[in-house]
Amino acid sequence: MTIEFEIPKPIAQQQYVLKTVADNMMRSVSREMDENEHAVPYSYIEFMHAAMRATGAGSLAPRTEMTKEVDPNKPKRPPIGYQMLAHMLEMLSWGDVGMYLVTPGGGLGAAAVEAAATPEQKQKFLARFGEEKPTFAAMCMTESGAGSDTSAIKTAAVLDEKTNEWVINGEKIFVTAGHKSMVHDEQFGKGFIVVWASIDPSAGRAGMRGFVIEAGTPGVTVTKLEHKMGIRASDTAAISLVDVRVPFDHVLGSPTVERETEKGFKKAMATFDATRPLVAATGIGVARAALEFVKEKLAENGIEVRYGLPRNKLTNIEREVIDMEIMLRSGWLMIIKAVWMADNKKPNALESSMSKVKAGDVTTKVTQKAVELMGPLGYSREFLLEKWFRDAKITDIYEGTGQINRLVVARQILGYSGRELR
Amino acid sequence: MYSFEPNEEQQMLLEAVGRYAENDLRPAGHDAEEEGILPEKVVSKGWELGVLQASVPEAYGGFGERSAVTGVLAAEEMAFGDLAGTLAVMVPSLFVTPILLVGSEEQKQEYIPPVIEMDWQPYTAALIEYALDFDPLELKTTAKAEGDSYVLTGEKAFVPFAKDAEAMLVYASLDGVTQGFIVPKTVAGLSVQEEAEKLMSLNALPTYRVKLDGVKIPKANRLGGETGHDFQPVLAAMRVALAAMAVGVARAAFEYSRDYAKEREVFGVKVAQKQAIAFMLAEMATEIEASRMLTWEAAWKLDVGKEDAYRDAYLAATGAADMAMMVTDRAVQILGGYGYIREYPVEMWMRNGRGFATLIGLAIV
Repeated sequence: MTIEFEIPKPIAQQQYVLKTVADNMMRSVSREMDENEHAVPYSYIEFMHAAMRATGAGSLAPRTEMTKEVDPNKPKRPPIGYQMLAHMLEMLSWGDVGMYLVTPGGGLGAAAVEAAATPEQKQKFLARFGEEKPTFAAMCMTESGAGSDTSAIKTAAVLDEKTNEWVINGEKIFVTAGHKSMVHDEQFGKGFIVVWASIDPSAGRAGMRGFVIEAGTPGVTVTKLEHKMGIRASDTAAISLVDVRVPFDHVLGSPTVERETEKGFKKAMATFDATRPLVAATGIGVARAALEFVKEKLAENGIEVRYGLPRNKLTNIEREVIDMEIMLRSGWLMIIKAVWMADNKKPNALESSMSKVKAGDVTTKVTQKAVELMGPLGYSREFLLEKWFRDAKITDIYEGTGQINRLVVARQILGYSGRELR
Repeated sequence: MYSFEPNEEQQMLLEAVGRYAENDLRPAGHDAEEEGILPEKVVSKGWELGVLQASVPEAYGGFGERSAVTGVLAAEEMAFGDLAGTLAVMVPSLFVTPILLVGSEEQKQEYIPPVIEMDWQPYTAALIEYALDFDPLELKTTAKAEGDSYVLTGEKAFVPFAKDAEAMLVYASLDGVTQGFIVPKTVAGLSVQEEAEKLMSLNALPTYRVKLDGVKIPKANRLGGETGHDFQPVLAAMRVALAAMAVGVARAAFEYSRDYAKEREVFGVKVAQKQAIAFMLAEMATEIEASRMLTWEAAWKLDVGKEDAYRDAYLAATGAADMAMMVTDRAVQILGGYGYIREYPVEMWMRNGRGFATLIGLAIV
């Protein structure tokens, strides 16, 4: 037990390598990827896949600790899997958050399986990410009538007792990497989606379950690719499910409804506790890119930020930069604390959501302020700053909007249930 | 490694300080503010917790090692009870900690034990000057070498317990560089204004204007000895102390308004059940945690001697001042009309809250 802020050595080494990737494979094609929406950055994908196969990294959940070479004489090192992931995502997003979102390895789909599946299911569904071809998976939660209010989901799964198959019908939207997960591409392995559906609409949240649907399953169609303000390298798909039949054991969690427990729903939400600080980290990466750009341009123009001066002696631009630094660093440290808690198996629902609330604020404010401060340089597409401004905004929307996360934080600090604080 | 848990020793200290903050400081805070005086018993009890004593090595009469991390943890916890009380209890630290940080070996041996080994006594320090462009790094009070002496000239403001102080550290500009000077109680040219300062808050903390009219002190009294000292570590220790206390006061205001909101009925529900209020509280909690993280990291960097520790201490203090203002203002807002009534503590915390932008030099860890 101690209070310490030293970046662990393995993470520092990882960051050194990732910085090179971000510089050479992401920044170099950032503008091109932004201007050609939905172009696929194959070389980045291939590279990351090879690199992650070598290191065992991959999804948005750290690999279960290997039981290799345990030396009883050596002091046991505390786990840092989530901490490594947070750093990795921050650095890749500093490179290009749109491209980061097409990193193979399962993303939120695999994270959902990690959070809610049995060991057999994990083996069955997750092994593919270590194989030869880069492979994608996606999480399908949102529907046109159900965003933050996930209990309003209409997609339904009915058990066909004759064939022991689930029959799923519904329409999902805003599926990150939905196209790469489900549409055949020579270069990629066979992916899957995790579709959240109700097995008993009368049971509300208690009836919610995740279903793994393999690419190529009849009845699944990618009907649309969204055109977005930013993160244009990332495919955001609409997926229609018409009488989709999946084997019985593709359900994550219990196949029967236990009323009043909301267990199924809580499984889905547990995925978010784990992934919120990670998504927050991607935002912080974008904000750091923007702030570094600002400082670089100020330095080029001979404008120095005089740290240490009383507030009322600072120029406006100095105050802005200092405030941006305060926001960025504190936002980042909240993420580190949240993932440190996850690594150490401490309940972190509060810290996790707080870090996302903060990162949503920080990322949007820092990038918006950066564009303002840089004048024409900020608004021109000659530099990447305007792109980071567009990329940044999604941080405060996906993986729980700033508002739904405020609600989660408020319920936690007030000790209120969802019924007491709607 | 990253780690966010106080060690066992720190936890024990925090428990003791927390009990004192809750059972002694908080109950005394309101009347002390109204009457302008803090009961001596409360001050001496706070001193006996040994927060400062535990940060001084045995060689100088204490029983521990200084750690800025331990210091900020204790500062937050105590300020959660009451800010004026905390500043009063910790006033001897203004004299001891700079000597411990940058004083010469002789100074440490001569000046620290008499403070540390005794009951609470008013040893203090004078940094602030009464000017809107006050800057700790560009002081108007000057020190000039004259033979074997330094001659101090200028005026200091907001000096805690100056009237009864056994000795004080006076910060002055020596050829444009901020340096500390140990000034004993009775020295020609030193005068303390009879009337205490009247501030927006901290009524229970007596502070004074101090005039230095050609105060002559031996050269040996320059902090750090003949060659003087670096002021940055002292200033950084002041900044993280203030940041931690800002977090403590903000937490007090947050928790009070949160509990109030869970009691207060409006339109048939508790006011906390309204998102307008609940979201305010969520943001308050988030910003408090953000500031705490910055403060902890800056303190940790000071302890391990990171290159950018001073800059981070500045950022932590700057962020905490804004945070404390935001949080305490909202606490008043959540209590509505009652927030504005002095019977309730939140308006005092709001007045405290604005102080963190100004009161540099009134605390150090």
